[in-house]
Amino acid sequence: MNANPFATVKENVDLSPEVADEVKNTTCYMCACRCGIRVHLKNGKVRYIEGNPDHPVNQGVLCGKGSAGIMQQYSPAKLKKPLLRTGERGSGEFKEIEWNEALELATKWLGDVRAKDPGKLAFFTGRDQSQSFTGWWATQYGAHNFAAHGGFCSVNMAAGGLYTLGGAFWEFGEPDWDLTKYFMLFGVAEDHDSNPIKIGLGKLKTRGEAKFVAVNPSRNGYNAIADEWVGVRPGTDGLFVFAIIHELLRAEKIDFASLARYSNAPWLVIDEPGKPDHGLFLRDAKGNPLVWDLHKKKAINAMGPDADAAPAFAGARTVKKRNVVPSFQHLAARYLSDEFSPDAVADTIGVPADTIRRIAAEIAHVAFEEEVVIEQPWVDAWGRKHDKMIGRPVSFHAMRGISAHSNGFHTCRALHILQALLGSVDVPGGWRYKAPFPKPIPPGVRPAGPAANPGEPLGGPPLGFIKSPDDLIVDEAGAPQRIDKAYSWEHPLSLHGMMHMVLHNAANADPYKVDVLFMYMANMAWNSSMNVPGTLDYFTAKDDNGDYKIPKIIYSDAFWSETVPYCDLILPDTTYLERWDCISMLDRPISSAHGAGDSIRQPILKPEGDVRPFQDVLIDLGHRLGLPGMTKDDGSATYPGGYVDYMANHERGAGSGIGPLAGWRGKDGTEQGRGAPNPDQIDRYIENGCFWTQHLSDEQLYFKPFNRSYLDHATAMGWIGHADPIVFQLYNEDLQKFRLAAQGHGDKQPPEAHRERIETYFDPLPIWYMPFEEAEVDTQQYPLHALSQRPMHMYHSWGSQNAWLRQITSANKLHMHVDTAAQFGIDDDDWVWIESRHGRVKGQVKLITGVNPQTVWTWNAIGKRKGAWNLSEDAPESNKGFLLNHIISEVLAPGKNGQRYSNSDPVTGQAAWFDLRVNITKCAPAEAGFTEPMFEAFPREPHADPIPPISRYGADLKGAPTGKKAEAKPWVGNRHENATNIAGLKDGKGNRTKGDAS
Amino acid sequence: MTSLPQNPSRVKLGLVIDLDICVGCHACAVNCKEWNTSGKMAPLTDIDPYGGKPDGVWFNRIHTYEAVDEVAGTSRTVHFPRSCLHCDDAPCVTVCPTGASYKREEDGIVLINTDICIGCKLCSWACPYGAREYDEDEGVMKKCTLCVDKIYNENLPPESRVPACVSTCPAGARSFGDLGDPDSDVSKLVAARDGYALMPEQGTKPVNRYLPPRPKKVGDAVAPRLLEHHDDSNDGAGLLARWVDKVLSA
Repeated sequence: MNANPFATVKENVDLSPEVADEVKNTTCYMCACRCGIRVHLKNGKVRYIEGNPDHPVNQGVLCGKGSAGIMQQYSPAKLKKPLLRTGERGSGEFKEIEWNEALELATKWLGDVRAKDPGKLAFFTGRDQSQSFTGWWATQYGAHNFAAHGGFCSVNMAAGGLYTLGGAFWEFGEPDWDLTKYFMLFGVAEDHDSNPIKIGLGKLKTRGEAKFVAVNPSRNGYNAIADEWVGVRPGTDGLFVFAIIHELLRAEKIDFASLARYSNAPWLVIDEPGKPDHGLFLRDAKGNPLVWDLHKKKAINAMGPDADAAPAFAGARTVKKRNVVPSFQHLAARYLSDEFSPDAVADTIGVPADTIRRIAAEIAHVAFEEEVVIEQPWVDAWGRKHDKMIGRPVSFHAMRGISAHSNGFHTCRALHILQALLGSVDVPGGWRYKAPFPKPIPPGVRPAGPAANPGEPLGGPPLGFIKSPDDLIVDEAGAPQRIDKAYSWEHPLSLHGMMHMVLHNAANADPYKVDVLFMYMANMAWNSSMNVPGTLDYFTAKDDNGDYKIPKIIYSDAFWSETVPYCDLILPDTTYLERWDCISMLDRPISSAHGAGDSIRQPILKPEGDVRPFQDVLIDLGHRLGLPGMTKDDGSATYPGGYVDYMANHERGAGSGIGPLAGWRGKDGTEQGRGAPNPDQIDRYIENGCFWTQHLSDEQLYFKPFNRSYLDHATAMGWIGHADPIVFQLYNEDLQKFRLAAQGHGDKQPPEAHRERIETYFDPLPIWYMPFEEAEVDTQQYPLHALSQRPMHMYHSWGSQNAWLRQITSANKLHMHVDTAAQFGIDDDDWVWIESRHGRVKGQVKLITGVNPQTVWTWNAIGKRKGAWNLSEDAPESNKGFLLNHIISEVLAPGKNGQRYSNSDPVTGQAAWFDLRVNITKCAPAEAGFTEPMFEAFPREPHADPIPPISRYGADLKGAPTGKKAEAKPWVGNRHENATNIAGLKDGKGNRTKGDAS
Repeated sequence: MTSLPQNPSRVKLGLVIDLDICVGCHACAVNCKEWNTSGKMAPLTDIDPYGGKPDGVWFNRIHTYEAVDEVAGTSRTVHFPRSCLHCDDAPCVTVCPTGASYKREEDGIVLINTDICIGCKLCSWACPYGAREYDEDEGVMKKCTLCVDKIYNENLPPESRVPACVSTCPAGARSFGDLGDPDSDVSKLVAARDGYALMPEQGTKPVNRYLPPRPKKVGDAVAPRLLEHHDDSNDGAGLLARWVDKVLSA
């Protein structure tokens, strides 16, 4: 008997409600990570999105962004219909038009330009995951002014890797999470590789064998769980890497055997200053580089099977009557110099010399005393059999923190060279390539310049890899031919274009005017541009006739972003749940180190508004314009089914058998990589969870650049053109060719204005120099570095209007070290002016200790403009949130000749976001409480739904009871790794244990 | 006022949260909201979702803060996920005047029967962990259900029958199981890692456990602290000279 009158009323809890009418797989697009998701649908609405456990990228997990996909889908900021501007640019005044009118108008604008001068179209596609398609479209149109957003994202990382190892981080490669014993993470907050890094760190730490070192000015996010945090001063990572290399060289802790076999370290470099081939490799009659064989006492073919037997790594010699030294001599001489000793660089980096020395010793110890051996025979590119795979288990990952500096290219190269010196590239426990990488160094595609004639396609793809001044896209006088000045003498290796300069250049007619600017998914009127106030002026600048200097702007976006009101014709895009898409091996696929993979998105829901997927629109426009490749000889559409038709049936080169998707090719779907288009291919993808993977065989898993079986496989699959070994280019001859040109050699000469710059920054071995802004400003006046990064729950997402994510962060503060704040007389929560040489912005301070004392940082892209994203006028995003973009100049100070270069890396054109220097002053009491500059509020989107005062999402999706009950099974995170350390804990994954029936 | 189970089962379902590898990404919090907004306590209402003070119901919140040791002069950044701990002596239950707040006999999950909740908020005052969430719109209290409608749900594939926060965690920092069984996998994990109950002095006997950060590997004792230099010149000339005729690749 229970005496309590309030005894528990037994609730009949429904343990097994119905969940969904249907579950569909697709690929997430809440950021760039491309995880597989299962979307549970009920009553035609999204009930639940979870990670797909079978998917190679996320293995079942899903981050905060992906889990908030529902709120993206039902955002009131979504565009609903094509819009045509009626008021002035920036007024936000539009009229709704029908699609046919919108497409006819776009066709007219684009058609006129194409007929007259297709170079007057600037086509920039922002955060585009279909670049192999959009780039191909640009080629067919004849638009050489094409790129996506890589130039303002992380091209330094891509270029640094591709010009050194034939691969880089993220899409190109990953640490060997399961075997590495020493992992260093440089300059990463969240990352492009969002979930794989979290999965990897969780496994690595649970395994318990490895040390995790974070090199970052800030200790937030991943850095918080590192064993050791090295809080470097921004822009000095290169010196830190050099000091480690210095220590390794001094101690001879270098994997010479690996360098002899797999790198150009022993290749002989001509050492005859003043000669036109000084600094280039000496080659034999067949063009092969040479090494000096110490046993044979003669020079032999560096690519031959015996080249690694006894090559000299140092010493001046005379070969073929030329003075030569092994390239390693240059490398060693540079980094052995006292200039790069830990003592010499410690103060600049802000890390004690003893710490640098200790880390170098730890790296050397793990690399050379703790080898990982896999008993797996393999055969190298020269046909020699190795009975096991021996790895040096040190691995690295780096991203924007080192990339987004004006010295980033050389720093990224230094990091890759360090890996090669340790012998830790694509070995057990090291850093590993993901297919289709490694590629030849650099990959063989050259960028195409302007079309020969209006109405004709380009001679090749608009983006590619430069090997010498001959490949630049410049006119006879050496002036840029691209609107963004990519591939010019100003930024020769700008592989991803320079979208961040397009508006500046077009408005200033420098190098020329454009007629139409066509953009996709890039918030150029806000957080994707430096100097936002100036950029808004570029959008609205008019000439003496009262016409806009950028005459026509077409823009496709799914949301009422800050950029939409500045454009003329708006083509409303769908959400990621309403479209076909393909994550292609021709672009940046979902491969892992274990094998290749690609994936698709399928439409899960019908669009709510009258909106169309951008890729479908491009296919349609391509046909309306009569573009080759999209129009048959009889004038009919090549892909009447739109983008999904293209995905299945397009071949890159008629009859090549290589198309956007590599899986289930061939008429019967049995071929992979190459094969005729398969009419059922898309169905096969859907059946398989919307992805395809192909596992490498055990003998192909490591040493890929020189693994015979892997190289043959990669060639057969079409990933590389030939199966020759890929030799690491520590010393980069292509860079030296630019330097020689700057010294007056060769036909292609830089204009005088650029000569010194080219000579300085095209060093064939990595150099370090003070980031440009730091070198230009008075560092007493601007004593602090200022960085921005995105929080994990918003990285790479269009997230600020997301009803759930904005509850986590709706206003950003400026993080500042407590000791620094004390010196500046600033308290927690004070409102301060953050002032650079370019301008000032106001924000609120948060005091912390986990930051380099000379650095302040804030969350990026939280700050929003009033009226944008359909947020209410009192939203914290537009009242308290702020952007550092406002105070970053897109150009540097005028040089000797008055030239103002882009605020970017001089080699690659990577936007130098993180070079910013600031001063901090407490604002007047009356100024506290709100951010400035405060831009005029936009009107709300003309046909927007009212902003809901309350959201009860899901109330109507609660499932009906079924009265059933399944067994709840225990789940252990990182079960496999935990099982190796905890006696009796069952091995397996999650709630599945080894030995389970399923 | 409301009784705890008179004959509780020995089964105590709960969470184990590994603070060594939690990176503070909020995946658990958002995935929880996503599942539960159509779950047992649907909806997880959001007030003013696009306005000046967006404020919704969340069953799980992540706090990132710095723990500063002023004596040692050190600090660390901590990511700390916080949700209902499904206490054995749950004061939120005994304080409830209507019986709405209760602890399940069969598995120990603490739930709220919103049909009879009067929204008096006594439970949120009683909970020392701040783990209760008042839904202003409906006038009732809501809280973590340990995904009671997911972990037993036959309509889901087996790998999804686990709390949303657990299956979604990218770092693998969350585990789920029977903490009442000392031989269960989660109990072994807790034992091996010195897992602890949060604020045991409150006397509520929480079921959930937190795993403390592992000792940091700073200055590996195995590795030398310095590498032995083979040349003391300031430009490395001695080494370069030594390498001229030396076969280094052997």
